[in-house]
Amino acid sequence: MGAGGARYLAGRLLTSLLIVFGAMLLLFALSALVPGDPAATLLGPQATPEFAARFVREMGLDRPLHERLWLFLSNVLTGNLGVDVLSGRPVAGLVLSVLPSTVILTFSAIGLAVLAGVPLGIFAATHRGSVADNVLAILSVAFIAVPSFVVAILLLLVFSLWLDWLPVLGGGDASDPIDQAKRLILPALALALGWIGFIARLVRSSMLEVMAEPYIRTARAYGLPERIVTYKYALKNACIPTLAILGLGIGRLLGGAVLVEIVFARPGLGRLIYDAISVRNFPVVQGSVLVVVVLFVVVNLLVDLSYAAIDPRLRDQGRGGAAR
Amino acid sequence: MKALRDAAAVLRAACRSFAGALGAVIVLLVMVAALFAPWVATHDPDALDILNRFAGPSAAHWLGTDHLGRDLYSRLVHGASVAMAVALSAIAIALVTGTTLGLLAAWLPPRGEAAVLILFDIVAAFPSLVLALAIVAVFGPSTLVVVVIVGLTLTPHFGRVARAQALALRSAPFLEAERILGASLGRILLRHVLPNILGPLIVLASMDIPVVIAIEAGLSFLGLGVRPPLASWGVLIQDGYQYLSDSWIPVLVSAGALAVATLGFTLFGEALRDAVDPRLGRDR
Repeated sequence: MGAGGARYLAGRLLTSLLIVFGAMLLLFALSALVPGDPAATLLGPQATPEFAARFVREMGLDRPLHERLWLFLSNVLTGNLGVDVLSGRPVAGLVLSVLPSTVILTFSAIGLAVLAGVPLGIFAATHRGSVADNVLAILSVAFIAVPSFVVAILLLLVFSLWLDWLPVLGGGDASDPIDQAKRLILPALALALGWIGFIARLVRSSMLEVMAEPYIRTARAYGLPERIVTYKYALKNACIPTLAILGLGIGRLLGGAVLVEIVFARPGLGRLIYDAISVRNFPVVQGSVLVVVVLFVVVNLLVDLSYAAIDPRLRDQGRGGAAR
Repeated sequence: MKALRDAAAVLRAACRSFAGALGAVIVLLVMVAALFAPWVATHDPDALDILNRFAGPSAAHWLGTDHLGRDLYSRLVHGASVAMAVALSAIAIALVTGTTLGLLAAWLPPRGEAAVLILFDIVAAFPSLVLALAIVAVFGPSTLVVVVIVGLTLTPHFGRVARAQALALRSAPFLEAERILGASLGRILLRHVLPNILGPLIVLASMDIPVVIAIEAGLSFLGLGVRPPLASWGVLIQDGYQYLSDSWIPVLVSAGALAVATLGFTLFGEALRDAVDPRLGRDR
């Protein structure tokens, strides 16, 4: 990696750090700028006066703003995300206990999207102009356009209520992996459907673009079998934009996961944030939102970097914005 | 006059494909419902009729009634007004701030331009929906919060395109001439650059409408956006979902309506883009 590569890396890293820092400032500002008595607003009606007093002391709500900001930042950096108002347990532990559920859901959705989207895109590209290609084109738009929580509700209606094929609600029995897998199918599908459409379209258009390149013509002229031209040369280059889109999409996937988890009553970060909002448990909201932001930024960064590793042209363009 | 003729030509081109025409019809239906809701609806959307709850579709209630006996068709029609009001105001915010910042970036010295671009990168990469949850947790559910957050989130989308389009114009001969004649920067930007870059920005706006509708519906579904009794589509879906064990019709009708509306706007927006500039808004 040359000077351009190092600059690219530094730029991406800086942007990521700024995003995390910005999110921390925003979350701090929210807890600092709340109207009225902060302890009452942040803790809600459930907190006892003793707890409120302890909370004020521990969060440093009685101290000047700059000291509180410092306390908040240093707490977060040492992994202290605050304390759950209701149970008194550390927020970090709560988040960690539900994190795997959300991560499994998100990654199964991505896996499903790639496994279904890439072959559909290849098929459409190699059968350009056929009826199947046209049907796929309309279906892809439909998949992309309809929000995932609506897909979730419709899937629930069809497969659980009408057909009674799959169990609906909850994450399933922790000791029964088959039950858990069954309960993962519909949420993952709901989350993945839009991305299947998106990836199929993207793979189709980038493959058609690549197939028109002179080096593909050269490969064909050398008498390489069409199969090798398609899969070895065209597909490899067509995958680059797909990877980039996945990175950008992680944020939307996490946002969608929140809603899908709620529709299917699955445990996870979304459920945790939602429940905390409905009982006004702000420390839990603050901690879990921060974890989502960090997760999002880290995955985005990893995807961006692997993207640059695959496509050296990008690194040399310098500015980070080139990745999109 | 010429602008109007151009717009008509673009519309005709967009409707030439099946997908574009289908989208245009759906968009038109939603717009009519949104603008003339009181006349298009057959009932008062909030009129209760408890004895008649979960009624199926009939001549009196075209799509049946919900858990309080309210007419679902009329509630859907009024929901279109809510969706369009939220979508158009959020996009107006994004369009104005994005275009201003984008034009600024194109005319600023390189350092200033880089700063604006980094700002765009940060905002675009922000998981704003999740942060919206934190804001709602403190200030309570509010339509205004939803509008402002979505508007700010979409700002870089417009800003990047405005900048790119403006850069392409910057050294155009007619702008050189204006400058030599002594026109001020404000006059150049507002009277000459802005009208020339407005077309692509309007296409982007139309493509973002379904995105905003989906976000508003999602937040309202969670009870964190538009609040009941206001008949937002998200609220309708939430109502139906709560009473799924009593009847599946309200959920199917409201979720189906939202799905058709977002599909229609997406088809129309994409057809519009293909008619104006196929390379636009690729980064979505």
